Amino acid sequence: MWDYSDKVKEHFFNPKNAGAVADANAIGEVGSISCGDALRLTLKVDDASEVILDAGFQTFGCGSAIASSSVLTEIIKGMTIDEALKVTNQDIADHLEGLPPEKMHCSVMGREALQAAIANYRGEEWADDHEEGALICKCFAIDAVMIEEMVWANKLRTVQDVTNFTKAGGGCAACHEDIEAILEKVLAEKGEKFDPEAAPVAKPVVVEVKGPLTNLQRIKKIEQVLESLRPSLMADGGDVELVEVIGNTAYVNMTGACSGCQMAAMTIAGIQQRLMEVMGEFIKVVPASEMAKLVNIAA
Amino acid sequence: MTDIYLDNNATTKVDHAVVDVMIPYFLEQYGNPSSIHKFADGVARGLKQARQQVQNLIGCEHDSEIIFTSCGTESNSTAILSAIKAQPNKKEIITTTVEHPAILSLCEVLEKEGYTIHRMPVDRAGRLNLEAYKKLLSDQVAIVSVMWANNETGTLFPVVEMAEMAHAADVMFHTDAVQAVGKIPMMLQDTKIDMLSLSGHKLHAPKGIGVLYLRRGTRYRPLLRGGHQERGRRAGTENTASIVGLGKACELALEHIEYENTHVKAMRDRLERGITEQIPHCFITGDMNNRLPNTTDIAFEYIEGEAILMLLNKAGIAASSGSACTSGSLEPSHVMRAMDIPYTAAHGTIRFSFSRYNSMHEVDEVLKVMPGVVATLRKLSPYWDGNAPVANPEQAFKPTYA
Repeated sequence: MWDYSDKVKEHFFNPKNAGAVADANAIGEVGSISCGDALRLTLKVDDASEVILDAGFQTFGCGSAIASSSVLTEIIKGMTIDEALKVTNQDIADHLEGLPPEKMHCSVMGREALQAAIANYRGEEWADDHEEGALICKCFAIDAVMIEEMVWANKLRTVQDVTNFTKAGGGCAACHEDIEAILEKVLAEKGEKFDPEAAPVAKPVVVEVKGPLTNLQRIKKIEQVLESLRPSLMADGGDVELVEVIGNTAYVNMTGACSGCQMAAMTIAGIQQRLMEVMGEFIKVVPASEMAKLVNIAA
Repeated sequence: MTDIYLDNNATTKVDHAVVDVMIPYFLEQYGNPSSIHKFADGVARGLKQARQQVQNLIGCEHDSEIIFTSCGTESNSTAILSAIKAQPNKKEIITTTVEHPAILSLCEVLEKEGYTIHRMPVDRAGRLNLEAYKKLLSDQVAIVSVMWANNETGTLFPVVEMAEMAHAADVMFHTDAVQAVGKIPMMLQDTKIDMLSLSGHKLHAPKGIGVLYLRRGTRYRPLLRGGHQERGRRAGTENTASIVGLGKACELALEHIEYENTHVKAMRDRLERGITEQIPHCFITGDMNNRLPNTTDIAFEYIEGEAILMLLNKAGIAASSGSACTSGSLEPSHVMRAMDIPYTAAHGTIRFSFSRYNSMHEVDEVLKVMPGVVATLRKLSPYWDGNAPVANPEQAFKPTYA
């Protein structure tokens, strides 16, 4: 069984705003092919103020699809439609106190239903802007379509390339076989052959390591690596902050969307992996909250 | 109310009597069976007895045809890889579209390596076409691997007949029987089955122990080499306690096989009848006239399986589903797709699988809960309106799919 948060369970067992709004003037109907789930969102929008007066959902789907639908209706009621359009799938997931990586697409489906309903209200045609594929990297929730597109767009050739560009494979590394299969497939389509020994197209940050590092050198280099990871974290609305380095342990704060995300632990594992690769020594990355415990014990 | 476990095709509770016979092998007779001292001198006898207990359950001719492995998956991999290694010139494998991933994933890899995989389709009731099968058999086929009973629907394949046909064409025959062993009687010595996989944890033995039955004289290449254990056919120090436990579990399964096919079957039938009578728009999947006595797989239309399981779990009832969401994979169960079950039903399939530990009282409890669970979710479904599906459900609700 999935490890659902209490909030997900609460919204699943006691869904809010279930059923269609009777005199709805905005209707969005979307489905996620990756799970077979589908959602109809009905809204009553006040024409003068464009405020969403009422929202209702009907969902054919799993526990997290129902919970995502329910929490979405709660979030958007009382918002103007312009405000509602700013709601991201991460917002939905955050309100649910996180979703398992395999279930993030349920929150995406919620956001899309909202966009479709507002397009319907405005008399526009809503077109889906993304395609979803099989989940490949469970550490960073990267799917096959995303990897394929990046391989095509950036002429990637190795697993290391894919990790550099998408984060996929940068955590536990268990998906490397699947990433190789994607590389094999895409390269074959381009008439090339996958060569696991090929040189990476884009080199990760390389730090020359000569002998053991001093603590100052280590801190500087950790900062340098975190800096290189920051853009991909920020792309997901999150960030990381280095709080303290004691010996080989780096204490960090995950901020923004990363804080409270169920995947924060996975992200930390990914950061640790990258630090070790670049620095060539064992580095342990620990949430700064653990440091407080350490200090308490010492005191 | 105590919790009700109806997920026995996933795994079973270890029988108390099984645990009891295992304990001495952890605490007293913990010696390596290969050693010459008193910590080991009872172990060889324990293993021999277990081998005979397994032999009795599956009705094979010799106890040396039993090879202990770590699980059903290892037995399956060993069987197929052995067949292709022993017959390097044969580059085809026959199997079905509804096998367990233990077979299908391996075949996918072999396909990439150049093997031709014939995956036989099934009809809407999950049945194979034996005429088509006969045409596939040739001297190019290294092995046929067909499951005895389907894990989701319980549908039985005519493996005895299919093994005869393979034998007549001089083709090796393997069956993944992890769901069938202990639930239906079998007498392998009267069949032409060359290899059979079974798994301990499906019949009240612990997890982590399995068997590959290998008919005497079948050409064989071990998967694991490195020791004389299992007569050199599966190297690695024996999992002595689990082997002894599996032996006891097989003895108990043989004792209860009639109970399984009368009392257990009666519980399954009562649940099935109760549900289909009380709940509209649900149907049983698979071959109703030819399946395991303990399994029913019911498709509840217009709702989704994981949601059903979560509500059942809250009511203290454990079952499983063929829905995509429960597995984290992309598709609803490959078994449901192979049977061409419509997608609005395939996502709502629930499998109830019984064991001799269940009771009629539990069946009645489930029957009290189930209609409410289905109604609750249908109230949320865009395909449902009031007490019935919306008219033309597939037309009335046509979402844009991402």
